[in-house]
Amino acid sequence: MRYSGFRVIKEALTGHKGWKPAWREPEPASYYDIVIVGGGGHGLATAHYLAKEFGQARVAVIEKGWIGGGNVGRNTTIIRSNYLLDGNEPFYEFSLKLWEGLEQDLNYNAMVSQRGILNLIHSDGQRDAFIRRGNGMILNGADAELMTTEAIKKKYPFLNTDDARFPIKGGLAQHRGGTVRHDAVAWGYARSADSRGVDIIQNCEVTGFRIENGVCKGVETSRGFIGAGKVGCAVAGSSGRLLGLANMRLPIESHVLQAFVSEGLKPVLPGVITFGAGHFYCSQSDKGGLVFGGDIDGYNSYAQRGNLPVVEDVCEGAMAIFPMLGRARLLRMWGGVMDMSMDGSPIIDRTHIDGLYFNGGWCYGGFKATPASGFAFAHLLARDEPHPTATAYRLDRFEKGYMIDEKGVGNQPNLH
Amino acid sequence: MIIDHPLLGPRDSSEFTYLGDARLIDRPDPDGQDAAAAFYDYAYLRDNPAGWHRELWFHEAGDRSWLVVTRNTLTHEISKVELASDVARVQGRSK
Repeated sequence: MRYSGFRVIKEALTGHKGWKPAWREPEPASYYDIVIVGGGGHGLATAHYLAKEFGQARVAVIEKGWIGGGNVGRNTTIIRSNYLLDGNEPFYEFSLKLWEGLEQDLNYNAMVSQRGILNLIHSDGQRDAFIRRGNGMILNGADAELMTTEAIKKKYPFLNTDDARFPIKGGLAQHRGGTVRHDAVAWGYARSADSRGVDIIQNCEVTGFRIENGVCKGVETSRGFIGAGKVGCAVAGSSGRLLGLANMRLPIESHVLQAFVSEGLKPVLPGVITFGAGHFYCSQSDKGGLVFGGDIDGYNSYAQRGNLPVVEDVCEGAMAIFPMLGRARLLRMWGGVMDMSMDGSPIIDRTHIDGLYFNGGWCYGGFKATPASGFAFAHLLARDEPHPTATAYRLDRFEKGYMIDEKGVGNQPNLH
Repeated sequence: MIIDHPLLGPRDSSEFTYLGDARLIDRPDPDGQDAAAAFYDYAYLRDNPAGWHRELWFHEAGDRSWLVVTRNTLTHEISKVELASDVARVQGRSK
């Protein structure tokens, strides 16, 4: 069923009796050419691009719970491509370009809104660093603009530019950045993949890999063995647990990141704004809630909930730049499990086991990468060679000394 | 989270900074045969368990001692707190 404005009007006039489920609920077959473990944003995007761009139809996505229930439904919905390093920026810019055409590609309203992102500058050194980053972005085909304090005051008059401790000295803006309705991304990819013949199998937990003579032959699941020519794992925070079933240890720790939403307010915040002196980023959802977050808590966790000191730290960041938020009430807060890699950058690569492929290490930046991650992982699975924008995301880069460390803090996951 | 410091009693976890898996105490022998592989494993690879995890915390805003905390990564429950120097001594890593 194709979605359109005409369709909405027709259904509205006929009592909404014509809508059908957006995807099937198939029983698992005994064999697929490609099995993707993980029905989140990246796994579903991989299935979509495998079917649409690489002509692979015998594909299954298997998911332990329900699709879109992990980090794709828990993030702060920001999209951007404002990275510095050559290993990252072409990939994230490719992702932003895919976001720009996503809704037409999927025939699904994902509410992609390029309302712009602004990274605030609070010191001269930070300005130099952001100018360098902006130049890196422009060299890789992205957009970047250095904004003066006057221009920022005009566009965002509510910002506290004269804070005694962290005055705002300017900002690096990417006007093509913005927000996307995150749940719709998972659903749109799922619907599109399903319509092209991909089996999406929910409530199906992988309990092991069948590996014979160093070759992965399929996965053992709670619903029986599923044979596969290739198995791709895209399970984010559960990467360590899943690949542990294949006796692999990864350059990844799982950490908790909290996110927050305020009560619904009238439109006050026209874009995404990030605080440069602490860690705080905020946007306003179309329902009116201010969606914001900050640092990870900083310790290994699978609990999907965090602790209060980080809540305080994030709210202090909010008060430093948006004093007007002091009276807004916090409506909800939640946590997700982040696959924090050793250099803060992701991995899309083969493993040492033939037929077993890995996509992970997204730290807390995986949402914006969803389309490019799916495209690049599909490219790797279908053609056995990396996508040109993802050649740096090798699993062996830590051993070989080719880390992609945007912050330059080394192999300490809670600092990325 | 409250960490029950062996010397100071219960302290808020925000007084501490977190390093990671307590296996970081077991620094490989730099003169060993397979030192490069051992250091790659030591520096970059992690067990990352869902469940009980022994980990190093540093009492930065306190007595600046290193602790080995046994904590459940699924529930944040803490079952045991030891001085890292005691743990290292038992393992022959410290005098």
